[in-house]
Amino acid sequence: MTSPLILTPNLDRPDDVYAELLAAHDGLTKAQSDALNARLILILANHIGDQATFIQALTKAKGAGSNDRPHDGGHD
Amino acid sequence: MNKIFETPLYPYARNRDQDADHPPRHKVIVVGAGPVGLAAAIDLAQRGVPVVVLDDNDKVSFGSRAICFAKRTMEIADRLGVGQAMVDKGVQWNQGKVFFGDRKVYDFNLLAEAGHQFPAFVNLQQYYIEHYLVQRIRTLQADGASIEIRGRNRVTAVRPHDSHTALTIDTPDGPYSLEADWLIACDGAGSAIRAMMGLDFIGRVFEDNFLIADVTMEADFPTERWFWFDPPFNTGQSALLHKQPDGVWRIDLQLGWDIDKTEEQKPENVIPRLKAMLGEDTGFELEWVSIYTFQCRRMARFRHDRVIFAGDSAHQVSPFGARGANSGFQDADNLIWKLQLVLEGLAEDSLLDSYDAERVAAAEENILNSSRSTDFITPKSDISRIFRDAVLDLSEHHPFARPLVNSGRLSLPTVYDGSVLNSGDRLPGADAGTRPGAPCPDAPLGDGFLLPQLGHGFTLLTLNADAPDVVEEAGLTIPRLAVTTDADETGALAARYLGTAGSAVYLIRPDQHVAARMETYDDGAIRAALRRAIGQEYRP
Repeated sequence: MTSPLILTPNLDRPDDVYAELLAAHDGLTKAQSDALNARLILILANHIGDQATFIQALTKAKGAGSNDRPHDGGHD
Repeated sequence: MNKIFETPLYPYARNRDQDADHPPRHKVIVVGAGPVGLAAAIDLAQRGVPVVVLDDNDKVSFGSRAICFAKRTMEIADRLGVGQAMVDKGVQWNQGKVFFGDRKVYDFNLLAEAGHQFPAFVNLQQYYIEHYLVQRIRTLQADGASIEIRGRNRVTAVRPHDSHTALTIDTPDGPYSLEADWLIACDGAGSAIRAMMGLDFIGRVFEDNFLIADVTMEADFPTERWFWFDPPFNTGQSALLHKQPDGVWRIDLQLGWDIDKTEEQKPENVIPRLKAMLGEDTGFELEWVSIYTFQCRRMARFRHDRVIFAGDSAHQVSPFGARGANSGFQDADNLIWKLQLVLEGLAEDSLLDSYDAERVAAAEENILNSSRSTDFITPKSDISRIFRDAVLDLSEHHPFARPLVNSGRLSLPTVYDGSVLNSGDRLPGADAGTRPGAPCPDAPLGDGFLLPQLGHGFTLLTLNADAPDVVEEAGLTIPRLAVTTDADETGALAARYLGTAGSAVYLIRPDQHVAARMETYDDGAIRAALRRAIGQEYRP
């Protein structure tokens, strides 16, 4: 079953979760951090399971970046 | 070295055509006596179509080459008379190990589905298959079939005409000329026919080199597939160890594209690599070593009027997933019954365009799978390497990551979804594995199996359903194979062909793909489906 991607607040204690995420990267090199992130994404993707939900998440993640739209016309 | 390589299997012998005043005309000429060309020729001969096979060599291919043959290939080979020989000689395996860097990350067992006559795959050197196919041709000849293999007959010119194709052939006695109503080019990746016709590939995706070695070992390695990602003895690349018959192990070491082939093949460079891989103390002998370059690409079209390409001459993939020779067998399987109907005047030659459509789609699927494997094995960017390594690291601890590990997806036959030869699916509740376009899955039947009961032509398969014993339509006589699920002890027949339906009627093509299915026999629908399956209901 496809479950719609949740984009409204869904974390009970957002500050704790954010702090856990940062703490997990404490003391890691850039390469180690990249690897950790990749493992985390794969674990979460598997947890989601549903491909449509995952692709929705991917699309939302892509669309929300402020620095990665190289050719949007821009302004000085 | 094995004697099988040295003995000419079809030595040159002068044939009557070389003394003819005018170029003799043959119905079908096959160029290339590799597995695909031989399979095509046997299928033709079994259908009573005279065929001549031309090959520039006179022996089996040298070295192991294609080694992993899938169930569908054995099923096709069984119809051609050599399936059992492949199983008897081949090595069956289910287990394997995956290594990453210097450590093993997991073991696997493929747990093949039960209820099939043939195993999921066997490992067998290509030369054995060629040998069995040539033996089969000798048997057909003894039985009076019109099938010839002409060794050391090299095609040096091809001239396509509206009504035929003219060939010039070089032999030890000098050149001669032939004409063919139909020419099937099975002359491999470097196809001379393709080159002489000025045809080329599209979609060149990438190129890579492999060092391929056959070694005999004293060590008692288990019968498993071992695959290494980024091992210490082949940094940044991959390696594969696979068992073949006769105590021969096949080793594939990926080398990348920018290498010195001559240097890499020298024993003083090969042996240290193998020692690092097999262990310093493991005694082994190098039987054969070769550098294999592959590209992932296909011809835009496989049919060029009266010249039809099959196997590696038409498409090439990476070796991951065993999709080269296996897909070549499916090409021949798809083509030959259509060609027979065209030759007998029972179908328009436009039926051959469905060969092109169905097998181009199959080649696309194989190239897609093969490209994905290659992207996993050889990451093309920093981020793809980060994800690849993450998958492998996770796979050591968590089963969920193992299906993401891609060292080659084993070759499964292509379902011809959307083919113009298919009729609509009229069997609600049945498994998708037997939908129109799908190759029939095998199932236990009585004391044997279903697929060997299907024969060489169209079949009307009925399960728990009434139908005429024979249907005659469009010049074809379609026998009925009536089965019930009363004695279906394993339940596999019902699971694969009925699903939740109580009865079923299938129209099955000569290549054992489903043309149509419905719950009960509908005379008008079956006749229409048959006409559609031989191209009569479709005009481009």
